[in-house]
Amino acid sequence: MEAFTSLAGGLAVAIQPANLMFALIGVLLGTAVGVLPGIGPALTVALLLPITFKLDPAGSIIMFAGIYYGGMYGGSTTAILINTPGESASMATALEGNLMAKAGRGGPALATAAIGSFVAGTIATLGLTLLAPYLVDIAVSFGPEDYFALMVVAFVTVSATFGDSPVRGLTSLFIGLMLGLVGIDLLSGQSRLSFGVPELYDNIEVTTLAVGLFAVGEALYVASRRHIQEEKLEAVRGSLWMTKEDWKRSWKPWLRGTMFGFPIGALPAGGAEIPTFLSYATERRLTKHPEDFGKGAIEGVAGPEAANNASAAGTLVPLLTLGLPTSATAAMLLAGFQQYNINPGPLLFAQNADLVWGLIASLFIANVMLLVLNLPLVGLWVKLLTIPQPWLYAGILVFATMGTIAANPSPVELMMLTVFGVLGFLMRRFDFPIAPVIVGLILGPLAESQLRRALSISLGDPMTLLQSPISATLLTIALLALVLPFFLKGLGRFKAVED
Amino acid sequence: MASSSQRRIDVAGLVIALILLVLAGIVWWDMTKLQILSPYDLGPKVMPIIVSGCLILLAIGNAIGALRGDLPVRDSLDWKPIILILGALACLIVLIRFGGGFMIGTALLFAATSTAFGRRAFVTDFIIGAVIALIVYVLFAKLLTLSLPAGPLERLF
Repeated sequence: MEAFTSLAGGLAVAIQPANLMFALIGVLLGTAVGVLPGIGPALTVALLLPITFKLDPAGSIIMFAGIYYGGMYGGSTTAILINTPGESASMATALEGNLMAKAGRGGPALATAAIGSFVAGTIATLGLTLLAPYLVDIAVSFGPEDYFALMVVAFVTVSATFGDSPVRGLTSLFIGLMLGLVGIDLLSGQSRLSFGVPELYDNIEVTTLAVGLFAVGEALYVASRRHIQEEKLEAVRGSLWMTKEDWKRSWKPWLRGTMFGFPIGALPAGGAEIPTFLSYATERRLTKHPEDFGKGAIEGVAGPEAANNASAAGTLVPLLTLGLPTSATAAMLLAGFQQYNINPGPLLFAQNADLVWGLIASLFIANVMLLVLNLPLVGLWVKLLTIPQPWLYAGILVFATMGTIAANPSPVELMMLTVFGVLGFLMRRFDFPIAPVIVGLILGPLAESQLRRALSISLGDPMTLLQSPISATLLTIALLALVLPFFLKGLGRFKAVED
Repeated sequence: MASSSQRRIDVAGLVIALILLVLAGIVWWDMTKLQILSPYDLGPKVMPIIVSGCLILLAIGNAIGALRGDLPVRDSLDWKPIILILGALACLIVLIRFGGGFMIGTALLFAATSTAFGRRAFVTDFIIGAVIALIVYVLFAKLLTLSLPAGPLERLF
């Protein structure tokens, strides 16, 4: 029950007017960017990092988390109304949701998504509250070799296990790890991969990388294939409210979706994609109305949306307790902590208890805000979708470049932004995942410092990694997670089957 | 570029493998110049060795994929918008490098991107871009006290 005492303390932080304000800005901004195609929560946090540098840490981290939660809500609106999901986590929602919208039941689809997100978000945040202290207790006993092994597990699962191609996923990861090497090595004071360029001495900014890959890369990619497809926006027709029948058909999928989403999000396994598709497949199997699937079944929206939000909350468990980001947005949140010299991990709960519990408490508040704001404001969010595409992407690029030069007013930084933009374009074109690059850049240096600490304790003997039982177990898991997809070709491929 | 048969050698895939090989070489070459401070372990060299080694393995993996034609099928590509956007970014970089300030460059970027996405109103969009740049400049510089590179135009405010 210690968790609830801490949570009560956190609530006192979260209901301070300034922090409520930050949470509100966060959820509004998050919903807006979730709705808009081309910008996701990871990019938004990346763009905001430089300009929040001078704000209060608790406030801006609460805002970032609000953006994360809001983005999950907003993504479902786009998925339902124009069948081009803003992020991969909303792909399952788009399947039945867009069909519902086409059949004139867009209102109930949006409602079940919003209420389901609220239910799942609240249960999962409760799960985070209860689970975090236990994980912290376990994590404090970890040695550097155990931490390193844990990060290896995260690297493998984020890049190889669940993607379309383990080779391409790992390639993305190692590009990120390579970029993480650039700059002055803090332990020895020597510069690596800097080639005498002063801007490269203090590491590659994660914001420049994220903004380049996401904003510039996406703009180039969409522009290059604009001639191929046009999107169609479905109007929200009919009542927004769910009928009694809708409620009856929705509540079980909400709970089942939460049960998929939270544990999979909380494992350092990365991505909300898996639980959403698992939930979709389950609802399809369990439904009493199989004839509706393919025509717009409400279960097919309720389940995946709940799973989506629950996994977003689940991702915060390894992020806050272990300092392990398992998605691009989580990596940006980690960068958000780091810019205030706060390091997520077990010590965070001891040293910055107010901040971390204030953050968790504000997540409950953000969820309520999203529920209250989302349905009444749906007309406003839909209006956002009518912004002409040329202005939308032009605006994204202007903010991307301005955010970058505000953080680091140098032409070299802009050149890096452009290079990363081209990289992001090529990665999209050849189907390399983007998230592992960002996770690699931000987690690589942390993994390196743990590895080197472990090696210097063992006087350079790499066997130390196998002598600790925790580390040996984790490395075995990592090896299995790496090898498995090569044998079970179906693991990441069930997506294709469902389409 | 869309391949007609599933099992054709993918040249682009081989180029990717080659690039990875070059990157592995650069990381390795850079590593050889590092000094080891402690006699027991490899220190700053550990991570570059791991990264370089794995990049070589991944180059091989990508090459095998390319030879088997495993890469996803790609849609046809329109180069004009890409060149337009990259050109505008280059102009912005040059303008900032030579003290032209960011405002003209940003307005140009806005108009060029908008053109790349199919609009045919360059002058209108240039003005919109300039207004956005001005608003953001005031917001960043005055409210958040961040410094943006200033040129003759920005100093007027």
